Amino acid sequence: MSALAQVAGDPDLEPAPAAPEAKQRSWTAYLLMLPGVLWLGVFFLLPLVQLASVSLQSRYPGFPGYYYRDLNFSNYASALTDYAPHFARSFLYAGLATFLAFAVAYPLAYAMAFKAGRWRNLMMICVIAPFFTSFILRTFAWSQILADEGWVASVLNFLHVLPNGHIINTPIAVVAGLTYNFLPFMVLPIYASLERADPRVIEAGGDLYANGFTTFRTVTLPISMPGVLAGTLLTFIPAAGDFVNMELLGPQRGKMIGNVINDQFLAVPGGYPVAAALSFTLMAAILVLVFLYVRRFGTEELV
Amino acid sequence: MAGFREAQGDLQLEAVTKRFGDFTAVDDIDLRVPRGSFFALLGPSGCGKTTTLRMVAGLEQPTAGRVMIGDTDLTGSRPYERPVNTVFQSYALFPHLTIHDNVAFGPKRRKLADASQRTDEALELVQMSSFAARKPAQLSGGQQQRVALARALVNHPEVLLLDEPLGALDLKLRREMQVELKRIQTEVGLTFIHVTHDQEEAMTMADTVAVMNRGHIEQLGAPEELYDLPRTRFVANFLGQANTGAGTIKDVDGDHLVVNVLGTPVKILRSRSQVHEGDVLFGVRPEKVTVSRTRPEGAGNDVRGVVRDVSFLGVATSYLVDMPSGATWSCYEQNLDVEPLDLRPGDEVWLTWNPGHAFGVPAEAPA
Repeated sequence: MSALAQVAGDPDLEPAPAAPEAKQRSWTAYLLMLPGVLWLGVFFLLPLVQLASVSLQSRYPGFPGYYYRDLNFSNYASALTDYAPHFARSFLYAGLATFLAFAVAYPLAYAMAFKAGRWRNLMMICVIAPFFTSFILRTFAWSQILADEGWVASVLNFLHVLPNGHIINTPIAVVAGLTYNFLPFMVLPIYASLERADPRVIEAGGDLYANGFTTFRTVTLPISMPGVLAGTLLTFIPAAGDFVNMELLGPQRGKMIGNVINDQFLAVPGGYPVAAALSFTLMAAILVLVFLYVRRFGTEELV
Repeated sequence: MAGFREAQGDLQLEAVTKRFGDFTAVDDIDLRVPRGSFFALLGPSGCGKTTTLRMVAGLEQPTAGRVMIGDTDLTGSRPYERPVNTVFQSYALFPHLTIHDNVAFGPKRRKLADASQRTDEALELVQMSSFAARKPAQLSGGQQQRVALARALVNHPEVLLLDEPLGALDLKLRREMQVELKRIQTEVGLTFIHVTHDQEEAMTMADTVAVMNRGHIEQLGAPEELYDLPRTRFVANFLGQANTGAGTIKDVDGDHLVVNVLGTPVKILRSRSQVHEGDVLFGVRPEKVTVSRTRPEGAGNDVRGVVRDVSFLGVATSYLVDMPSGATWSCYEQNLDVEPLDLRPGDEVWLTWNPGHAFGVPAEAPA
């Protein structure tokens, strides 16, 4: 038998499966998990159960703001029927923002990973810099930038590309705001996966007769898919539930589901059960969408 | 496929130079590698061997000079346009593709009708067929190495480049792969250019070795030639061990030069010395030196030294001997005799050698 066959058939050379952990070690692992588990239990799981029970409560007729424990699934029925357009809008705007953020972030992350050289750190700081000011303040700043008197609206109006002369208080402003606010969450994971890629693997594409574009399509992009997947999830999930951008940049009518939940909780007397039902519906819908998405585009690392 | 160039013949580098900013990685190299030969570029890290390889692959473009295969000038063309494939250091397999798809990558890009069949054959050649459905991360280093080889070979390139392909393997596996690589090269008959810093690896596999240092080719030739008659101090020391002593040429005795090494006259064949007057670095390979307790009769080249260290190696015993010049020489005693010399550190010994084995190289390494 030749040397090759020996190597090929030698099970000792397979990457070894993780050695069974000693009892001592697994015990330590549980101990290390304890603070996190407690934290999640008290501040995530219990409120979730509480919210689930609220979502099934019924109102006392004639006493707004008073509820009794119940299994009132009509809250969910009304969440789905009355607010279906809001759900659709949320997913549409979040989807658009995710797509736009991807379109902006990928070239940026690519440039940072492969072309930036000594500018790389500066670019990284620029990507992270917005986190030094509050989300609300930055969105307020955007309401100034997109205002009718602002230069963006002026330039676009000069070019006659705005149908009704405004950006602010339109869905365009909302999508722009969402795109901007979640951009770093898209850039960073994509950058991380590109930066981690072995440059020789990409060179190998060229060496094996793939031109620049084909190498990108068949090697670079697939290698960075874990980053793309993480980035799109980190953008889409919060964007779908966001209400700040709609509140500050959006129109008066045609709100997103986040605004409805916010209003039901804070502004509508007796809105708690419906708000809770809407929250759960949103969570379920996002979970289903994410599951389908990961099933379709996911890599082994993330599934 | 757009841009792909068929080319056949010897690989030639004509006056190729590569500079990175102020640093000259490859300095005016001329090289001709005959078609179908196994050629090694040997040198320490930073000597320009990998840069030379990358210029052949098209991954770097030369600052000056031409890269040719046969009559086709490939200078300036992109890697994907060249009939050249590379086995990368650390293999660079596509982590997201199966072994089969990794190997099929090249043929698919070239839209070859028999891509799948070629892939199966290439995997067969490196005996990895049973792993076709796996991903690279599920293979050991040696297995990945062979997939990388198949991925390059499947394209039947005119020139196959190997960039330290065995560097990540352990010693035993490396020895086995050296034999396998040589077998495969003989079988497929392609031009192999193998970059390595391991002199033993280069000598074992290659028909021709080019020793590189600081962007230059110091010497080029068959391994036996380089070992037997190095032309520079660098080659003498880089390729195997050499016992050396700096001296001055004093006299000519027939075919021999007489060199004075710190008071001791030694002889070098005139034809085996690169310099014929003035300063010279005298050298002789350790295995050519005979060690004995008493001064041998009429040997001519003999020097007295003191044993510093003794290592028993099994087939031979290795001695380090302090010479009068202050240098330490190495020599071997084959363990053939029933009664070995049984030397101990501190013993006085005589070292002798046949003057025909000695060589002379320029005393100063050219900068």
